[in-house]
Amino acid sequence: MKINKLFNSVNDVVSDVFDGAVIMLGGFGEAGSPVELIHGLVDTKCKDLTIIANNAGNGKIGLGALIGENQVKKVICSFARSPKSITFKELYENDKIELEVVPQGTLAERIRSAGAGIPGFYTQTSVGTPLAEGKEIKIFDGKEYVLEKSLKADFALIKAETSDRYGNLTYNKTARNFNPIMCMAANQTIVQVKKIQKEENTDPEKIITPGIFVNRVTVVSDPIIESIAIDNGETYP
Amino acid sequence: MNEFINLGWTKDEIAKKIANEFPHGSYVNLGIGMPELVSKFVDESKEIIYHSENGLLGMGPPANENELDFELINAGKKPVTILPGGSYCHHADSFSMIRGGHIDYCVLGAMEVSEGGDLANWTTGKGIPAVGGAMDLVVGAKNVFVMSQHTTKDGSPKFLKNCSLPLTGKSVVTRVYSNLAILDVTPEGFKLKEMFEKIDFDLLQKVTEAKIITN
Repeated sequence: MKINKLFNSVNDVVSDVFDGAVIMLGGFGEAGSPVELIHGLVDTKCKDLTIIANNAGNGKIGLGALIGENQVKKVICSFARSPKSITFKELYENDKIELEVVPQGTLAERIRSAGAGIPGFYTQTSVGTPLAEGKEIKIFDGKEYVLEKSLKADFALIKAETSDRYGNLTYNKTARNFNPIMCMAANQTIVQVKKIQKEENTDPEKIITPGIFVNRVTVVSDPIIESIAIDNGETYP
Repeated sequence: MNEFINLGWTKDEIAKKIANEFPHGSYVNLGIGMPELVSKFVDESKEIIYHSENGLLGMGPPANENELDFELINAGKKPVTILPGGSYCHHADSFSMIRGGHIDYCVLGAMEVSEGGDLANWTTGKGIPAVGGAMDLVVGAKNVFVMSQHTTKDGSPKFLKNCSLPLTGKSVVTRVYSNLAILDVTPEGFKLKEMFEKIDFDLLQKVTEAKIITN
């Protein structure tokens, strides 16, 4: 028997996502956003999802489409505002979607710590601001720190550059962003890559996410470029 | 109407004053918008390394129209370039650079700054609240510079005894650079470092709610 985490299609890898699931979506804006996997989620019609991501989607592509199909109950993110945001904005202004705003570094650390088995941590970020209200404050060496709890997910949807059959991932430039830490923080980590490579061709020094953090991989060789698709008026479904 | 909005140093002149402040070899994070101008005015005798919080250290200028790469972007989500010696990292490492105290300077815009160094720049309390990395930068960077017009568009003071808007950070600002003055935040309050040459102190004080110390 050989280990093989490679699947044939997007629909194969997202078919068990359930109503009410907590889902991490990699990406910073469109860079590293697993647009095709998100479209797979749209196809499943699963609903009441909680989404953990840096942003809240643009146009009606990717997360913008998932929100537009009313499948998302709550978004946990650092920056939900965007000139091209349509669907989140509309639901938020009508009180039809919840938003938890988290400082970007706190968001990253809450995800990373979950993946590292750390239930919470103290940080200076947000002390004295509305985002620290109701949270425990502790003083270390005369400075105030706020307790932040780690963030886990049922599923993480990830975009990477290459994978081998073990799920060893490489990334492209700033499309790395949240993807490696989200791989560590989910019960099931599902990845779309542009290319599969044979393990004998994978340089161990270039692997950013070791395969232990990855469950399923599928190929999307020519992924949508979100900003171009939106400018062209494309939408999903 | 606001008679002071077009008075004073231009944005480029303010940017140059900030650029001149960075020592050679500094690691710098420039906020989106007006602070981005600063990099244009760094003297070529110095090498400054720019950090973009989406996982890019050693950021170069914006990408040319004919070589846009949507997987090489800055924190404003615009295509940029990477310079020789630059590197990529994931988000937790990128924010460790910030939160761990490794960034020497950050430059941000402001809606309000208090004489105690409190900063409000992320939400007016209306619309969709969005914080991004601002709360991390203000507690993590060794020096927090605010780059801002001295008053709001309708002429109200921005440099106040106490902020009225939701805070980004408490006692975090090192210095403010406006079109009218450079003010250091000290334990005693705002202290005048430099003033636009063609105004007098009384005018500056008139458009600043907090008391400015001059000696």
